[in-house]
Amino acid sequence: MYNEKVIDYFMHPRNAGKLEDANAIGEVGNPTCGDVMKIYLKINDDNEVIEDIKFETFGCAAAIATSSMVTEMVKGKTISDAMKITNKDVAEALGGLPEIKLHCSLLAQQGLEAAVADYFRRKTGRVPAGYKAPGSCTACGGACSGVTKPEQEEEEPFVSEDHRVAE
Amino acid sequence: MTQRKVYLDNSATTKVDKRVLDAMLPYFSENYGNPNSLHAWGREARKGLDKARSQVAELIGAEPKDIIFTGGGSEADNLAIKGTAWAMKEKGRHIITSCIEHHAVLDTVKWLGKMGYEFTILPVDSYGMVDPQKLEAAIRPDTILASVMFANNEIGTIEPVKELGDVCRRHGVLFHTDGVQATGHVNINVKELPIDMMTMAAHKMYGPKGVGGLYVRRGIKLTPLIHGGGQEFGLRSGTENTAGVIGFGMAAELAADRLVNGEIENERRLRDRLIDGLLEKIPDTILTGHRTERLPYHASICVKYIEGEGMLLLMDSAGIGVSSGSACTSGSLEPSYVLLSLGLDHTTAHGSVRLTLGKDITDEDIDYVLEQFPPIVEKLRSMSPFYKK
Repeated sequence: MYNEKVIDYFMHPRNAGKLEDANAIGEVGNPTCGDVMKIYLKINDDNEVIEDIKFETFGCAAAIATSSMVTEMVKGKTISDAMKITNKDVAEALGGLPEIKLHCSLLAQQGLEAAVADYFRRKTGRVPAGYKAPGSCTACGGACSGVTKPEQEEEEPFVSEDHRVAE
Repeated sequence: MTQRKVYLDNSATTKVDKRVLDAMLPYFSENYGNPNSLHAWGREARKGLDKARSQVAELIGAEPKDIIFTGGGSEADNLAIKGTAWAMKEKGRHIITSCIEHHAVLDTVKWLGKMGYEFTILPVDSYGMVDPQKLEAAIRPDTILASVMFANNEIGTIEPVKELGDVCRRHGVLFHTDGVQATGHVNINVKELPIDMMTMAAHKMYGPKGVGGLYVRRGIKLTPLIHGGGQEFGLRSGTENTAGVIGFGMAAELAADRLVNGEIENERRLRDRLIDGLLEKIPDTILTGHRTERLPYHASICVKYIEGEGMLLLMDSAGIGVSSGSACTSGSLEPSYVLLSLGLDHTTAHGSVRLTLGKDITDEDIDYVLEQFPPIVEKLRSMSPFYKK
């Protein structure tokens, strides 16, 4: 199903984990369709360079690999350069994905957009024009038959407490 | 431990036993005649076919004439359900089945629903059990058939087949059960159980793929799926897959042995070691399906905070073959409908792993799996947005 590079990025993910001193966090996806991604950024306030980046992903090998790849691609870039990266770039950088897994690369792109939007919101209270602020469920293009409500679970809330959901 | 290869996906398919293969081989190059031919080549093939029919019949306490050989379990399910529906369409058009059936049953019933039939799908409880009272409540005057599987492939639960069949008997409704996962692993005697039809598949009991069987109680009339030369008592035309059927027969005979010689008990012991070990070593993990009313070789768990395909691939790289009911492994966006019907939430259902033992699994294999699985879970949990240490 997967090529060697995807397997490599799944088996040995780069930048996995939490970033304790992140100043931007984005979370996208929906447990209903099985992929949820959280991206932590540490952005330099002066030159808007993404100095550090980490991800946490609940999902299949493609989801984990694309999450990892996008963090590798944007680390050290400015926000505006990072925003030029598309899901197609991520999939290409991995040498391609099976068609049924292409939507995972969309998750990686939107996770980044959500984190950047969070950065601006924290800093200025709003997302500047030209920047997207994806909602929590757009990755599958609506194919999940519209189930977007997080489950009412007692034990584990879907949205963690330490950040605001990207609108 | 050095890497081993441990195949734990026997619910998907099994290895052909060497004795089965040895029994089959002569029927390719020596006894290759058409069993319907009158000459010596045909007669040899016919003899083998007849013997295989007896072996399969004996495994389940049936008469040889009650066994129809098909091209597999899915075909047998189709024959049972469509065959009954078509044959009985003047008597009634209502069919009852359960929400955890294999697609070969569910999709067939739903298709009949578009062809002028009506159906009711029974729910299950949190262990995957069908309630005989709910079955009784669903029966209408025009109900002709109920189909509930003997044991479920994803969660291992063994259904209360006797009670379900008794309800059907009381109301004059035919009772079919998909026995693909149970046949050869659990004692089944159709003389003692109120089963009217039962599906079997050779490749789930160390026989070859592409051959299965339908047990049909004497007196039940079915409309065949496949018309033609009239083989299999007119119910399944086509020159018989002699070698395959011989293999099925031998597999059935070996299974009958295993049911009495203690091998099944040993499998159950190993499986219990596996379940207990996994639940103990991996926190926040649940067993799915019933703990005791369960196929002896079947273990299925949901590991919280992580996803199934990831576990599957990491286990694969450790030489261990398992399966999962997550959306990602099914190619759809929904996790397994069987797990959802237990009442599990989506996230938990996505973290499902099924481990189904084979007859050759050893204690060392179980030790190896118990050694390899927990670190795999830890690795995936360290990357999960849901896991808090």
